[in-house]
Amino acid sequence: MNQVEKHLLADSQLCREQLADTLAYIHSHQVDYADLYFQSSYHETWVLEDGLVKEGTYNIERGVGVRAVSGEKTGFSYSDAINVEALNKAAEAARSIAQAGDSKTVQVFSDVRAPLQFHDKQPISSMTDADKVSLLREVENAIRELAPEAEQVVSSMSAVYEQVLIAASDGTFATDIRPLVRLNCSVLLNRDGRRERGSAGGGARLDYHYFRELENGQPRWLSYAQEAVRQARVNLDAIDAPAGTMPVVLGSGWPGVLLHEAVGHGLEGDFNRKGASAFSGRIGEQVASPLCTVVDDGTMADRRGSLNVDDEGTPAAYNVLIENGILKGYMQDKLNARLMGVAPTGNARRESYAHLPMPRMTNTYMLAGEHTQQDIISTVKKGVFASNFGGGQVDITSGKFVFSASEAYLIENGKITRPIKGATLIGNGPDVMQKISMVGNDLCLDRGVGVCGKDGQSVPVGVGQPSLKIDEITVGGTV
Amino acid sequence: MSQTNQDPIFQRIEEVKQAVKEVLDYAQSLGATAAEAAMSSTSGLSVSTRLGEVDTIEFNQDGGLGISVYVGNHKGSASTADLSKEALRSVVKKAVEIAKFTSDDPCNGLAEKALMAFDYPDLDLYHPANVSPDTGIALCKAAEEAALAHDKRIINSDGATFASHQGLRVYGNSHGFLAGYPRTRHTLSTMVIGKEGKHMQRDSAYSVSRIYSELKAPQAIGIEAAESTVAKLNCQKVPTQKVPVIFRADIANSLFGHLVSAIGGGALYRKSSFLLDSLGKPVFNSCVSISERPHLPKGLASSPFDSEGVITKEKEIIINGELQTYLLASYAAKKLKMQATGHAGGIHNWLVQPTQGGLASLLKTMGTGLLVTELMGQGVNTVTGDYSRGAAGFWIENGEVQFPVSEITIAGNLKDMFMNVAAIGDDIEKRGSVQTGSVLISQMQIAGQ
Repeated sequence: MNQVEKHLLADSQLCREQLADTLAYIHSHQVDYADLYFQSSYHETWVLEDGLVKEGTYNIERGVGVRAVSGEKTGFSYSDAINVEALNKAAEAARSIAQAGDSKTVQVFSDVRAPLQFHDKQPISSMTDADKVSLLREVENAIRELAPEAEQVVSSMSAVYEQVLIAASDGTFATDIRPLVRLNCSVLLNRDGRRERGSAGGGARLDYHYFRELENGQPRWLSYAQEAVRQARVNLDAIDAPAGTMPVVLGSGWPGVLLHEAVGHGLEGDFNRKGASAFSGRIGEQVASPLCTVVDDGTMADRRGSLNVDDEGTPAAYNVLIENGILKGYMQDKLNARLMGVAPTGNARRESYAHLPMPRMTNTYMLAGEHTQQDIISTVKKGVFASNFGGGQVDITSGKFVFSASEAYLIENGKITRPIKGATLIGNGPDVMQKISMVGNDLCLDRGVGVCGKDGQSVPVGVGQPSLKIDEITVGGTV
Repeated sequence: MSQTNQDPIFQRIEEVKQAVKEVLDYAQSLGATAAEAAMSSTSGLSVSTRLGEVDTIEFNQDGGLGISVYVGNHKGSASTADLSKEALRSVVKKAVEIAKFTSDDPCNGLAEKALMAFDYPDLDLYHPANVSPDTGIALCKAAEEAALAHDKRIINSDGATFASHQGLRVYGNSHGFLAGYPRTRHTLSTMVIGKEGKHMQRDSAYSVSRIYSELKAPQAIGIEAAESTVAKLNCQKVPTQKVPVIFRADIANSLFGHLVSAIGGGALYRKSSFLLDSLGKPVFNSCVSISERPHLPKGLASSPFDSEGVITKEKEIIINGELQTYLLASYAAKKLKMQATGHAGGIHNWLVQPTQGGLASLLKTMGTGLLVTELMGQGVNTVTGDYSRGAAGFWIENGEVQFPVSEITIAGNLKDMFMNVAAIGDDIEKRGSVQTGSVLISQMQIAGQ
């Protein structure tokens, strides 16, 4: 018995046989599939604000979700208590989705053995509380040294230690340990009464030591501090952004939020099974320029969006969504995969035991092309270069999506000239993807801070892309 | 809501109060000099249908406890969704432990005792309905069916959802304040998909109430969803230009939401607001007045006390464009050397005063311009007031709708936008914490073709 099984079952006087009994009890109604999702998570946050350790918070979550699926119908119930009575009560509620009667027999459990994309680390105890606080102080001191004029500096650090156990009537029995850490900092600068903020951060499925590791010859936390100051300074110099439709060059890394919004959500299996997406029924069609190959990859080592197994126990995978512009496949969970007659892709995710799983992204990115960023910018006579973004949003049915630049520059006659204020870019996913005319050789992923929301459920994700050129998209400036 | 009420929720509230009291006592026994804790619990049902078939039935049971302890001026916080005795004690211990590593910050601590809502009104927020899954499913089916039958261009559905939840909220602190009350919330919504040519559009409609029987009829919700969806078909972009813009009532509350962020204590003491030092000064055009009424019976954003136990009171927020108050929880209030205003956790029923008739009258006043019915993205910078968001809606000429518009942005700076509010309709949207009619802004930059 491994640690997770002991923690989530044995410590609550439960065993595999009882889970099999519960699943059999659900299957005495006409259901196709049932699963039990046990979860425990510990989450802490430390916040340092202007030299004061302002906040420390600690959160415990623990419970079990019980799901019964019959055809397209799902019954779901959950409990914050893990014991036989709570499990049976939830099972009774969940199976009410289907009438009593014969259904498929419950398969004997077989342990899922998936390759590990990240390892069992306990980030919360990886540093003493005093050391966590002193790391945040170092971040603040570095920012104040770089920008003595800073009006306000906030740095924060958080860690999650999550254990899950999935037992399903198709025989799946999987356990997983999912560490996650994140460090963020922000600085507010004031120049002659004009205030601008800059912020930066990073994270991974590792422990707090990740932030002290050297990257390009200096500790990671120091790069975040430098980046926050640099961004605030750029924004202090920014002039009004242009309004209208024009060529836009996107930088590498975080600007990959483009792919997350323009194609990612639209390729999630549930929307496509329902025919609700602008990409529905288009497998095999040219949906992007031939320069575009887009993948969703849950198997990247230690990445924030990576998974060992998804929340249905399916091993994470490298899934090609679009290859040379041709739509290859959707991201699936078991329910939608079965209804669409394809295999699950390792994309079933849920915020917690109290939420139903859905097809979700992991790390979504575009493969590299052949141009340098310099080459790409030099082809634009008048346009915008956007190197950093805030969030985005998409209407998957009409295909319209937005994403908001937080750092951008004017391009004039092939050269970057002045920084411009943040502006929202809006386009139609399938159209914009066709207008990608150059792809860079500088693929990289974001630093590990992404959160994706869908139907009120948040999950950590990654995005990435090489620099690329969109021939035409609407830029929402003011002049 | 008398204490003799037979509903078991009242018994449950007493139990939760007892649990909160024990948690506070335990914190003090561990060395906390002050402590506050909030506990909530919600149970209910959420069902959905799609194309006439059941999609999901969810039985919800959510709850949690959050505690903050103060050891002198050091603060520690912890929370748990696991309400077992062991979990409660372990988070209290953890909070006390955390307080050893947080700073000695004189602004920490409970809100002043004199501000506590020791005597608070019953706001009539609890109307349990015990709706069965079958009844919920029937409502969903009726709403969706009405939408699908309303127009042949409605070709698909994203489904309909009915949810009915009842819950309780208890807050207590070491001033001896300990209070709780029950509340209910019922919602019915549907979203459908329309198609013309190759292009699809979706839109939704919903109803929400504390009282089940006051939900709108499912047929009306279905028809509204179908009509909004069909109205969006064959949309176009419009040229890049500066024009007057009307924010329709159901999205106009977002404008006042940006005001909430900008005059909130957190943004102010961090100097991260475009409305610093604006108390008593004009921040809106003089036609704008906003009142707060926290005690509206059955109100969706009604609350007898805020999340620090501070009593909520009737307040004027904006009078003839001038800002009357900031929104301060106790920490920010102390930072700013002011008094807490009862806004820890948010605002309570803002009523924006209309200046003229309904949407039609506002369209006439505008003449030619853009009616915005949908906003996308988060392109709002509270530090600078810079505003740039995706938008969709309708092009208006001579006060009449011409055609649907999409894939454009609207941009400006909130300071200017607030000053350029030219009129507010009496078509008041009552489903949110800000009740406002449609808002006409005399000029914004549109980016389109």
